[in-house]
Amino acid sequence: MDADIALILLQDGVVNGAVYALLALSLVLVFSVTRVILIPQGEFVAYGALTYAALDAGKVPGSIWMLGLLGVAACLAGLWSMRHHASRGAVLRLLAGTLLLPAVVIGVTLLLAGRAIGVAGEAVLTVLIVAPMAPYLYDIAFKPLAEASVLTLLIAAVGTHLALMGVGLVLFGPEGFRATAFSDAVLSIGSQTIQGQSIWVVASTATTMLALYLFFGFTLFGKALHATAVNRLGARLVGISTALSGRIAFGLAGVIGAMGGILVAPLTTVYYDSGFLIGLKGFVAAIVGGMVSYPLAALAAVLVGVVESFSTFWASAFKEVIVFTVILPVLLVRSLRSPVAEDEE
Amino acid sequence: MASAVLFASAAWAADTIHVGVSLSMTGPGASLGIPERNAVALLPKQIGGANVEYTVLDDATDTTRAVANMRKLIEGGADVIVGSTVTPGSLAMVNVAGEQKIPVISLAASARLIEPMDAARHWAFKTPQNDSLMADAVADYMTAHGVKSIAFIGFNDAYGDGWLEETQRAMAAKSIKVTNVERFARTDTSVTGQVLKVMSSKPDAVLIAGAGTPAALPQKTLHERGYKGAIYQTHGVANLDFIRVGGKDVEGTILPAGPVLVASQLPDSAPSKKVGLAFIHDYEAANGAGSVSTFGAHAYDAGLILQYALPIALKSAKPGTPEFRSALRDAIEGAHELVVTQGVMDMSPTNHNGFDTRARVMVEIKDGGWKLLP
Amino acid sequence: MRRGIGPILLLLWLCVPLVQAVPSFWLTLADYAGISAIIAIGIVVLTGMGGITSFGQATFMGFGAYATALLTTQAGWSPWLTLPVAMAAAGLASLVIGAVTLRLSGHYLALGTIAWSVAFFYVFGNLDVLGRNDGISGIPPLRIGSTALLDSRSYYPVVWIAVGIVFLLTRNLLDSRIGRAIRALHGGAAAASSFGVGLAGMRMLAFAYAAVLAGLAGWLYAHMQRSVSPTPFGLNQGIEYLLLAVVGGLERLPGAVLGALVLTVVNDRLQDLLPLLFGSQGNYETIVFGFLLVLVLQTAPAGLWPLIVDRFSRHAAAHPGGGEPLPNRTLPQPGALVLQAEGLRKVFGGLVAVSDLSLELHAGEIVGLIGPNGAGKSTTFDLLTSVATPTSGAVHFLGASLSHRAGPAVARLGIARSFQHVKLVGGMSVLENVALGAHLRGRAGPIRAMLRLDRVEEARLFAEAHRQLARVGLAGLEALPARSLALGQQRVVEIARALCLDPVLLLLDEPAAGLRHAEKVELAALLRTLRDQGVTVLLVEHDMDFVMNLTDRLVVMNFGAKLAEGLPAVIGHNPAVIEAYLGSVA
Repeated sequence: MDADIALILLQDGVVNGAVYALLALSLVLVFSVTRVILIPQGEFVAYGALTYAALDAGKVPGSIWMLGLLGVAACLAGLWSMRHHASRGAVLRLLAGTLLLPAVVIGVTLLLAGRAIGVAGEAVLTVLIVAPMAPYLYDIAFKPLAEASVLTLLIAAVGTHLALMGVGLVLFGPEGFRATAFSDAVLSIGSQTIQGQSIWVVASTATTMLALYLFFGFTLFGKALHATAVNRLGARLVGISTALSGRIAFGLAGVIGAMGGILVAPLTTVYYDSGFLIGLKGFVAAIVGGMVSYPLAALAAVLVGVVESFSTFWASAFKEVIVFTVILPVLLVRSLRSPVAEDEE
Repeated sequence: MASAVLFASAAWAADTIHVGVSLSMTGPGASLGIPERNAVALLPKQIGGANVEYTVLDDATDTTRAVANMRKLIEGGADVIVGSTVTPGSLAMVNVAGEQKIPVISLAASARLIEPMDAARHWAFKTPQNDSLMADAVADYMTAHGVKSIAFIGFNDAYGDGWLEETQRAMAAKSIKVTNVERFARTDTSVTGQVLKVMSSKPDAVLIAGAGTPAALPQKTLHERGYKGAIYQTHGVANLDFIRVGGKDVEGTILPAGPVLVASQLPDSAPSKKVGLAFIHDYEAANGAGSVSTFGAHAYDAGLILQYALPIALKSAKPGTPEFRSALRDAIEGAHELVVTQGVMDMSPTNHNGFDTRARVMVEIKDGGWKLLP
Repeated sequence: MRRGIGPILLLLWLCVPLVQAVPSFWLTLADYAGISAIIAIGIVVLTGMGGITSFGQATFMGFGAYATALLTTQAGWSPWLTLPVAMAAAGLASLVIGAVTLRLSGHYLALGTIAWSVAFFYVFGNLDVLGRNDGISGIPPLRIGSTALLDSRSYYPVVWIAVGIVFLLTRNLLDSRIGRAIRALHGGAAAASSFGVGLAGMRMLAFAYAAVLAGLAGWLYAHMQRSVSPTPFGLNQGIEYLLLAVVGGLERLPGAVLGALVLTVVNDRLQDLLPLLFGSQGNYETIVFGFLLVLVLQTAPAGLWPLIVDRFSRHAAAHPGGGEPLPNRTLPQPGALVLQAEGLRKVFGGLVAVSDLSLELHAGEIVGLIGPNGAGKSTTFDLLTSVATPTSGAVHFLGASLSHRAGPAVARLGIARSFQHVKLVGGMSVLENVALGAHLRGRAGPIRAMLRLDRVEEARLFAEAHRQLARVGLAGLEALPARSLALGQQRVVEIARALCLDPVLLLLDEPAAGLRHAEKVELAALLRTLRDQGVTVLLVEHDMDFVMNLTDRLVVMNFGAKLAEGLPAVIGHNPAVIEAYLGSVA
């Protein structure tokens, strides 16, 4: 291997790693607020990519119907949980959030699909379609389980993952889709070429990280979320509802997932079931970050990407073997250095 | 009751033939299994004066499920089993076929399903061409076009394994050097490492062995990295989704395929032309223009085999009996010069696939479509 | 389940295939369910009891399945001969894998199991000797005499006898000295360690046990399926096994069997019913399955078995106890030096928690360790019991240095303790929790436990537990789950547990908190009796009346250092102490 090849592999690894980093960030976010290990995060990526690719191809993405369906389900779940103490305002807010919003998004999509609304328009529309699904899922699946053990929540997450993947197959079919790149620009530095799309991916990840940092450091919602993450009881005492913070965390995860999908769609072919493995790599990074540290998780994500890229060069048949064996010593070091929290689960 | 429900509507009609179908309609094999299911839906509901009931189950590309499905179908009174989509599941089903003495027609590629002949494989047939037939065609074509060395990029699964084995054999026979063997997974987001490795050995051509749209990713990456040599694919990519995803990057790709892929371009003398066109017409009428794939044709061919063999078996035994299943097996094995969409089958006690070189053509992707090569 | 019902049910269940009217596909499903149940039983031990979440059990199943596949097809072994090999292969693999992964904790461990599960999937699929992704087919069926067990009906007894044996052995194992130690890993690990349970060894034992069961399941699978390939041993299957254990009830052994049966049947029913509802052109099974799974968890977060069965009956196994009393150790002469701490210092980061503390305890005295909150009392406890390592200084107990001795070794010397934050295993009965204290006074290992060769010893241990529980005044509560007790009572249970160790030195952290007045009086009386028998007691307590009336000597700490030491009556008038407590001279 010469330096050129190493550089290309490095670049490839960093780009993939940036996508994993996005997922790792949202996994950490969701876990620290709700204790849910969000396996279906990968599905948000796949939905995002496939929705974007459909819009890009001028078609109506099937995911809008899923949005509508989840909205209705979330509405029913909400009404059920309010059956003893429903106030008019709360019901109206619920209806607006779960029925009106999807209806508007579906309407706008039907209106705009097939028209030239540009990359930005398609991207925004994709986020609007995919992101709200996440808080709906929280209301339907996870809110009633708020007091359950981490393991039970994890299995519930597996359940949602299975359901969403099944829906993905019905909506998008078994074959993959790929969108056109945001820009065809190719940057040349010496013998290296960098695809415009790669720059987009890395820049977006960096921006997202910065945005999250600002959000948690300087906004009321962000601080509230952080408070819930640190101390659930304390957060409730000062009047921050668990349900609301859960919804926001899931919402952010949905936005980040959809974004990840949009970024990935022009880079590679995405399938209805692509999300799981991408999500797993993000999960690896999140764990290495101890499920609490954003910068560590992001760093680990890039590391996973790079290891993966180099191992495909050296022994492609054993790529996953290498990636997952390499993380074991890392886990070991992390594990030994973090105090054992015995009653964690 | 569990299984009675399966064939409920016609459970007591004496002259009803039950065809049990287990396909990989979800999981990694879904892009093969779904067109197969669509093709099964086109099969005739009456053959040789008897009603035919099809029961289609999904095995989720899981070996365990494939076997469970088969047992369930047999319990429900199946006279013949069609499936599964991929090799590992089918291999496991062949065991059950031998145990329960019921013919099974697999839609998976590997020659291991029918070779070497033994008590279990006695009951097993398969409709896709052996990989060896296709690999030989590729090797012949490469020799004719001066290819001296190739690199192999294949799926890291049973499909890739099968092709790798056959490629190495076929290329060795023609003294073509295989410089690299690289593998990738269906859902990989990047194959840059494999492509760089391949390019560093500067082969005359690259053979990509993958099924469906995932096979486009290495080709796109090869183009991005400026690879100028010829690129070959396998018959696994023979559906329009591949060209849709691959776009201009897959122009000029050469691949072996069953004749049905280019049925309209075949000379009128080609035996499979008529039946191939009929299949395409029926399939696209039901599923939309441009939807046809050769995977569907494998299932359709299983149907054609049954249309040939069931009337023969009906003469000697009644459906639902072990005698009927045995007679059906014998009838299938006796198929001579049976024309199906993918070629002409000549079954024998030692050959349960029966295809010859009439079952493959070389095809090039040109102007977003398939072009028959002479 | 009442004694006697279980075996009868099993017998009836085993007779099902004899009824020819039972469709053989039901038996096929039951066979698959049985194989899953064996793995799930392993998961109950590993995850439900041991608190180790593993997504990788399918991999161990693969080791067992490939081992028998290789030996029977390549070397021509009889399948029966490969059974121990398959189980050993999985067990060995678990020892190697466990040596690395079991050092991980919490989420790291869970991810570790995912990691090797993914890795081995590709290893299985890329090894020529294992037939690569196509796997190995043509595995011979099991034979009894000349009869080959080919169809589901004849295979059924093999699977379910295996389930029955595994269930029985596992139940025996969990209801034993070793079993209590494994069960304490989840939630009570620190306590277990301080009573002599080697945590690392127990974790490994649970891990290997679950792996051996998975190896057995793999062997059964291979000879039922008669072909193996990587897919049944991948991550997705590993998740599925964990899932069915959770659905059935992770902390209940029968839950594993129930979960396996329910999910196998549900999966199959969906396959038949959904096409009737939606037509055959879609694949809605995974969707509905995922949906149902979430629904079940919402209805029964602890699993189906507790939801269904606990409504009707809820009682722990009775452990009457009996046999010869356990031998007691000889206590040091009254007044002899028991424990000597010199210049103890503990620094966390920049914070000095304990600074230059020296302390002596003599046989047969009750010493109180008091001081305001944050004075370093609990840290001192941890240092004295070697739970924490001092930054500098040393502790000698009966002349032996405690440095570099882990919890179990300290327990062996005769130091027993209770905890400020109660550490009982909530799901175990009060009696079993107390018996955990006598861990070091028994010797039976897992094999003896599984085969019930430990009953004499168990009876003696439980007799001791009954005795100590009666001694602290909690007789009658033996069978209740520990978590159902009031906090004050739980503290007293901890004392009984500590007494089960037959201690030389008893360290009690706030034993009287949460007790009513009368109970405190009884507790004080008990501690005095112990003292008179020669036991040394060091206690941290906030209740000044209790301390002043009970103790022979007081040590007062403030800001990590010793502020004063002396007779209770004298300390009560020490101005420095009063200032420390009240902030200024009163």
